[in-house]
Amino acid sequence: MHALSDTAPAPAGGRRAGVMAWLLLAPLGLWLVLFVVVPIAGLAVYSFCQRDDLGRVIYDFTWENYARVFDPIYLRILGRSVGYAAVTTVICVAVGYPVAWFIARQRSPLRERLLLLVMIPFWTSFLIRTYAWIAILKTEGLLNGLLQFSGVVTAPLSLLYTPTAVIIGLVYAYLPFMILPIYGSAEKLDNALVEAAHDLGAGPIRAFSEVIIPLTWPGIAAGILLVFVPAIGMFAITDLMGGAQVPLIGNVIQNQFFRARNAPFGAALGIVFTLMFIVTYALAHRRRRSSASP
Amino acid sequence: MPSAAVIEIREVTKCFGSFTAVDGVSLDVAAGEFLTLLGPSGCGKTTLLRMLSGFETPTRGALRIDGEDVTHLAPYRRNVNQVFQSYALFPHLTVAENIAFGLRMQKVPAAEIERRVGEVIDLVALGGFSARRPHELSGGQRQRVALARAIVPRPKVLLLDEPLSALDAKLRQQMQLELKRLQRHLGMTFVFVTHDQEEALTMSDRIAVFNRGRVEQIGSPSDIYHHPRTTFVADFIGEANLLRAEALSRTPAAVRLRVEGGLEVEIPAERWPSDWTSGVVSLRPEKILVSKRPIGDAAGFTARVTDELFQGALDRLHLQTESGTRLTALVANESALREAIHAGDTVWCGVHSDDVAVVGPA
Repeated sequence: MHALSDTAPAPAGGRRAGVMAWLLLAPLGLWLVLFVVVPIAGLAVYSFCQRDDLGRVIYDFTWENYARVFDPIYLRILGRSVGYAAVTTVICVAVGYPVAWFIARQRSPLRERLLLLVMIPFWTSFLIRTYAWIAILKTEGLLNGLLQFSGVVTAPLSLLYTPTAVIIGLVYAYLPFMILPIYGSAEKLDNALVEAAHDLGAGPIRAFSEVIIPLTWPGIAAGILLVFVPAIGMFAITDLMGGAQVPLIGNVIQNQFFRARNAPFGAALGIVFTLMFIVTYALAHRRRRSSASP
Repeated sequence: MPSAAVIEIREVTKCFGSFTAVDGVSLDVAAGEFLTLLGPSGCGKTTLLRMLSGFETPTRGALRIDGEDVTHLAPYRRNVNQVFQSYALFPHLTVAENIAFGLRMQKVPAAEIERRVGEVIDLVALGGFSARRPHELSGGQRQRVALARAIVPRPKVLLLDEPLSALDAKLRQQMQLELKRLQRHLGMTFVFVTHDQEEALTMSDRIAVFNRGRVEQIGSPSDIYHHPRTTFVADFIGEANLLRAEALSRTPAAVRLRVEGGLEVEIPAERWPSDWTSGVVSLRPEKILVSKRPIGDAAGFTARVTDELFQGALDRLHLQTESGTRLTALVANESALREAIHAGDTVWCGVHSDDVAVVGPA
């Protein structure tokens, strides 16, 4: 905001620029209020309510929902969710970093085309892409057919509805969100800095750990946030590709609303979960600020 | 000057696709020498430097540094360091950490790193800045950090890629002197790339003039300036009047030339190939002695002053001979004792035969 008032040439013009800025920001503000603030406020209210036997919300204050959140059953599920998200994030960094680096080092027309390839999956519905993975992984699916045909295995492997399938689905869904921010940092990295590191005696590994990683860290951090946090709460992939075998926190919340008809408890889980996001983000942000050059 | 060659470049060629950036260059650099690779952009000088640092591999030919064949050696295994045009300071490290980087890579003990970084910081006058980050420094200070970072590992050769081009004129002159002083103080071999002829003339022990991937001429600054051997060198370094000349007569010792514009002059026979009947000679504008009357029996020609341009310490005279040849002369406007020469005057232009450089065939 203060950037706008700083650059205002004259008081009158400044006022107009201010009014104009607010007008331009209004749709965004309205959107944020309607679709972010109001729903979260609604959840917050629900989370302190009770429900009747039919699942209707009764506006009667209680702490009970929050007390239940810390039941070991749910904590274990939360722990498992964090674990799956962590594994997903690590794989995404390991796979996404070389891809992002490779794309960033290409010459201009090829670079944009490769980048487009990363984004093309977004043109297809997420659910359809997940169903495609089911077709690939199921017992009579593409992958098993190929493995049997080539004689690698004699009996089909059961891949679908396993933790592996969930991880494959999560990595597939979130990989672009890791590649794009890392690409952003890698593309800005001046190649002369890498050359300078080599020139001063740093081999490939030291140049990578001492120069490339620190200087692309903002992109890695952004990618981790974009993958880790949403991956904790993901329920569609775990539902479709994990069956009901490995419920994660997202499935539990969804079930509370739509199957158990316990909206207040679902809301409490959601609120705790959201607070966790915020704390994670704040910690990561503080780390990034202190590690980046001031 | 020490004479052992620390760099030996043998028939090195570098092609990028169908473009030949460096074309069969052979060159030796003596230990402790300040050699400048001078030429216009795209002449191959930077590509040659990058082959010395290891960022490019020659298509053909061989490079030896300190007797070791480094043609295909990775940059991080070479005992050379480079000062980059953009400085390439690590933005996430402080001045001291930037300078210590090379020593850390060499696994020098921490106490020694601290001592040597401290010494070099004093040497480049950066005391008090060691905890700063590169973006908190001025252009000149960054330049010193880049220099300090490159010299502290004590490389056999320091490679400098237009390191002064980002500085303003005043700072550049000061840094030219400091670089030269530093090079003498360290006794280190410097290979310096620039397109700035004045920079090259000021600092170098020898200059290699590059054009289209080849070395046109290599020699001391005064040799390059006074005795250019090609039209490109004569034209690129300083100013030159390039004139056609014909051989009138030849004795075993001397060749008598008639230069376009009316000058007749005798030059030593070895400077004029025996099979030439005509060629091109270069006359530096400041070597033309302009006066109202002939002086002694010196060689000369007459011309009319068409324009007189005041340039502070010098007057630039545009001359035209009776046959229509146009030349430029530079004369000092030192005092009222000098006879005044103005546009419209007919003048006599004296030329010493040593100042007639044969630069190429016609």
